[in-house]
Amino acid sequence: MAIRSFLILFILFFFSSLNPILSLYEDQVGLVDWHQQYLGKVKQAVFHTHKTGRKRVVVSTEENVVASLDLGQGEIFWRHVLGSNDVIDGIDIALGKYVITLSSGGSILRAWNLPDGQMVWESSLRGPKHSKSLFLVRTNLKIEKDNIVIIFSNGRLNAVSCMDGEVLWEKDFEGESLKVQQVIQPPGSNLIYVVGFASSSLFEMYQINALNGELLKHESAAFSGGFLGEVSPVFSETVVALDSTGLILLTISFQNGKISFHQMPISNLVKDSFGPAKIIPSSVTGIFAIKMNAVTIVIRVKDESKLEVVEKTNHETSISDALSISEGQQAFALVQHASHEIHLRVKLAHNWDDNLLKESVKMDQHRGLVHKVYINNYIRTDKSYGFRALIVMEDHSLLLLQQGEIVWSREDGLASIIDVTTSELPVERDGVSVAKVEHNLFEWLKGHMLKLKGTLMLASPQDIAAIQSMRLKNSEKSKMTRDHNGFRKLLIVLTRAGKLFALHTGDGHIVWSHLLQSLQKSKVCQHPIGLNLYKWQVPHHHAMDENPSVLVIGKCGPSSDAPGALSFVDTYTGKELSSLSLVHSVAQVIPLPYTDSTEQCLHLLIDADKHAHLYPKTPEAISIFEREFSNIYWYSVEDDNGIIKGHALRGKCTGEVADEVCFDTRELWSIVFPSESEKIIATVTRKLNEVVHTQAKVIADQEVMYKYISRNLLFVATVALKGSVEIGSVTPEESWLVAYLIDTVTGRILHQVTHHGSQGPVHAVFSENWVVYHYFNLKAHRYEMSVIEIYDQSRADNKDVWKLVLGKHNLTSPISLYSRPDVITKSQSYFFTHSVKAIAVTSTTKGITSKQLLIGTIGDQVLALDKRFLDPRRTVNPTQAEKEEGIIPLTDSLPIIPQSYVTHALRVEGLRGIITVPAKLESTTLVFAHGVDLFFTQLAPSRTYDSLTDDFNYALLLITIVALLAAIFVTWTLSERKELQENWR
Amino acid sequence: MAPIARLLLLALLSTALTISSGSGDGYTINGRVKIPQGLGTKGFALPGKTSNVKVILNGGQIVTYLRPDGYFLFQNIPAGTHLIEVTAIGYFFSPVRVDVSARNPGKVQAALTENRRGLSELVLEPLRDEQYYEIREPFSIMSVVKSPMGLMVGFMLVVVFLMPKLVENMDPEEMRRAQEEMRNQGVPSLASLLPGGGRN
Repeated sequence: MAIRSFLILFILFFFSSLNPILSLYEDQVGLVDWHQQYLGKVKQAVFHTHKTGRKRVVVSTEENVVASLDLGQGEIFWRHVLGSNDVIDGIDIALGKYVITLSSGGSILRAWNLPDGQMVWESSLRGPKHSKSLFLVRTNLKIEKDNIVIIFSNGRLNAVSCMDGEVLWEKDFEGESLKVQQVIQPPGSNLIYVVGFASSSLFEMYQINALNGELLKHESAAFSGGFLGEVSPVFSETVVALDSTGLILLTISFQNGKISFHQMPISNLVKDSFGPAKIIPSSVTGIFAIKMNAVTIVIRVKDESKLEVVEKTNHETSISDALSISEGQQAFALVQHASHEIHLRVKLAHNWDDNLLKESVKMDQHRGLVHKVYINNYIRTDKSYGFRALIVMEDHSLLLLQQGEIVWSREDGLASIIDVTTSELPVERDGVSVAKVEHNLFEWLKGHMLKLKGTLMLASPQDIAAIQSMRLKNSEKSKMTRDHNGFRKLLIVLTRAGKLFALHTGDGHIVWSHLLQSLQKSKVCQHPIGLNLYKWQVPHHHAMDENPSVLVIGKCGPSSDAPGALSFVDTYTGKELSSLSLVHSVAQVIPLPYTDSTEQCLHLLIDADKHAHLYPKTPEAISIFEREFSNIYWYSVEDDNGIIKGHALRGKCTGEVADEVCFDTRELWSIVFPSESEKIIATVTRKLNEVVHTQAKVIADQEVMYKYISRNLLFVATVALKGSVEIGSVTPEESWLVAYLIDTVTGRILHQVTHHGSQGPVHAVFSENWVVYHYFNLKAHRYEMSVIEIYDQSRADNKDVWKLVLGKHNLTSPISLYSRPDVITKSQSYFFTHSVKAIAVTSTTKGITSKQLLIGTIGDQVLALDKRFLDPRRTVNPTQAEKEEGIIPLTDSLPIIPQSYVTHALRVEGLRGIITVPAKLESTTLVFAHGVDLFFTQLAPSRTYDSLTDDFNYALLLITIVALLAAIFVTWTLSERKELQENWR
Repeated sequence: MAPIARLLLLALLSTALTISSGSGDGYTINGRVKIPQGLGTKGFALPGKTSNVKVILNGGQIVTYLRPDGYFLFQNIPAGTHLIEVTAIGYFFSPVRVDVSARNPGKVQAALTENRRGLSELVLEPLRDEQYYEIREPFSIMSVVKSPMGLMVGFMLVVVFLMPKLVENMDPEEMRRAQEEMRNQGVPSLASLLPGGGRN
């Protein structure tokens, strides 16, 4: 009885402490969390340095970001992340105060206020046909104090007022086969030339009055050789193109409406021809460049038709757009790459031989090649022109060069993370000095006295500032060694550029970065794509001296049978240990739960032909693998065909592939969803490294339920074919969603539930014995979240103690997945307010701590929601016993408590994924959310019950102890005196 | 000055917000987000500028932004029942269900999905403001008492002041016997631990 009441007390205490689930005081921001803002790879940059005041550069990026940066430091003034299908096609600055963006395939034009990023106007442009050619033409045309911007999109030429976005005139280009190549607006005139190719051999030229859209002239001329690729404008009435073989350069001039062609075989210009060429369009007057294989040739056009090679180089070359620096003078920049340096030259367009500027800048080779360059000029104190260059590197980083130095750099590759894993830091050794935190007792006491003052609300504003800086500067958290609680780790991230970064979890600084050789463009691999990141070697116990390493898997090209590429990278140093170009493709990677004697993890790579390849290719690994041969199962999902298949290994590869580590596979089972009615939209399994503390769950009335914990459970969601489109176009009657729980070894469907009137997108998370999924309910027109919990019934009758004593239990009976599992499922659904971008669940070392769901909402915030809110045993009126157990009364929707946003007042713009990693401390889990921004924090789902909090007041403890001691002495003397008096009496 | 001018501007603008059939292949949803001044500004400088407000159609299909006057526009929307969400740091907006029907264009059928309240016009206001931080409670005696240290002190006080009372109520004979026993067992009493405690 006493124990029971104690238990109740304990639970009540626990309950009361749980109510504010997770909360943060405003002064705790930045103590354990960090937030970094990025942009993505810059596509276009426009400088704004005309006026006095802040100098800016406005950029648009491949992550659909438009941002205004401080040219001095590279900081973000403002930034907008447009929708995922709102790709930015062009940007410009108009009227000196608006940033104009053209996006969504040339159909949306927006203007943003330059100082603060407020949207000023938005207009939508339509056209008669869908076409890829898009142009945003900068003009200086003025109509009654208003600038106009000329836009060609979807087969229509629009002139839009910069003041309010009104379309002033429009002109359609109906020609069926017309492919517009360039829209040229000669400076200082009111004419617009639209040039393009019709059919394959017809060159078309339209001359249009820019003020009213009137067609002035239309000429066309045929060229029998045909055309290839793009054209480059060299003069206002001359363009350069290539014929269809790519061997002859064509200078096409359309002066006065007369089209004339001049042919010039490339072999006449360059002695040794290198095969077909490609034009690199540039806007510089009289100059263009062609590229043949790796050779870049810069060609100058003289007097309409004379071509002259001015430079031929093997180095990677980028040419900037033209920058008009004074009346009639154009400057442009050329950047060339030479091993450890880049050479920047700025020249005048009409004077190739002289350089306005020539600089060499040392460049970290892990930034790769220069991809783009933008220049801007300023006037030096001696009235000469100075130039600054903004360069975009292969690793997507953005750098500003000025006077031969890198003024600032931004690691914008981190905006496009593909995969994340973690690595431990080195163990602190004797030689390594311990942090100098407790250097001086007096300092320490002073710090704590300050803290005490803070808690007693006696601190002055200066004191508060001192406390805050003291807490933030805590040097402990960014140390480069392992800590006792496991808070300090390395986050290893793979970016789309093929670069690997190691970020410190303490403050997010980049420890090292490495551009992977295996993911670089090369002769054998034209379009390398990074795929995944796995832990390759995790040294512990033995092999402690080895450094941990990760395995990076990539492939060449987007097709499924493209050959794979592997890299092994040391996570302490960032060195690439080795890289492999595979002969086979990589369709699936299965990390096996076995390690060899050097703690290398075994990985099985399945190729497109369903062969399995074992890595590492060592005899030891093969012998380990062969021991576990019959225990290896996996599944594959073909979402296009609606088939899920189970596989197992059969034996060594037969046929032409004579490889020790190649194995044949066999198909065990397959589930075919009817393709006319169901479409797979989501599949989720449990995380491989998840730890479950106990299988038993004690419920209110002393009953025990056994969780059905199997690593081989797969959650599959399918929707009716009509419901696989976006919200808003289906009625509740024609859409339904089916959720399945499938055993991936036997292919048995353990549970199936249909949600009528629902549709995707489905986001799901699987953990322990439950799965939570988020979908859209069309009937209520709200989002819903459902939970399915699955319990093992076969052990339910083991509760009887006598059975256990007499040995009549079935605990020792072999568990086989082939025997039909006796399971029951419980499920429940709730409304949820927001759209969801990602769902994750917290994970801890031992799995004891209760779980929280981490929901990435459409507003790019991450909400922590206690799993207890998604408990199928919730009822409207829970009994007393259930309340004691912690069951929350059922409500129709899940609560959104603002204090439980783990991202507090921040946004992780463009949120794509949430990763949780257990710390060594059981109560704590590390959360990393990535998108265009990065956010990291520590979470304690049930509060830090196993350690003192950061703001624990040691001084108060000391004072209490001192006070207690004093009290003891005082009472002792008092009692002494009393005793004496008593004796005297 | 600027807000006043903006308010005047708002007053002048007509409040007719409609779904109109646009030219060509779709409809246009036209609405407005109104964030009341003063809400959510107590104590915190919330970054709830209108430039950071996004209006999202159908869970991310189209994302648009607010004009300075708070208006937003979705163009080329097919007929059907759509969902509009507003995201703004510091405010909680209910998603809105908007029916765009081909039969009666120009009629707004909008309802907040959180509380099923119908909207006669598409003016979206936050249901409540969101406070992301706990507010530090001012110093109070109770919080000190409730803290582990306070409990420790409290317990000691109980021992020091209430235990003697309990001891007093004991039978003196019994007490002496107990003390004897203790001495024999050699359990160090508190007094003997202290300097000079060995005298008695």
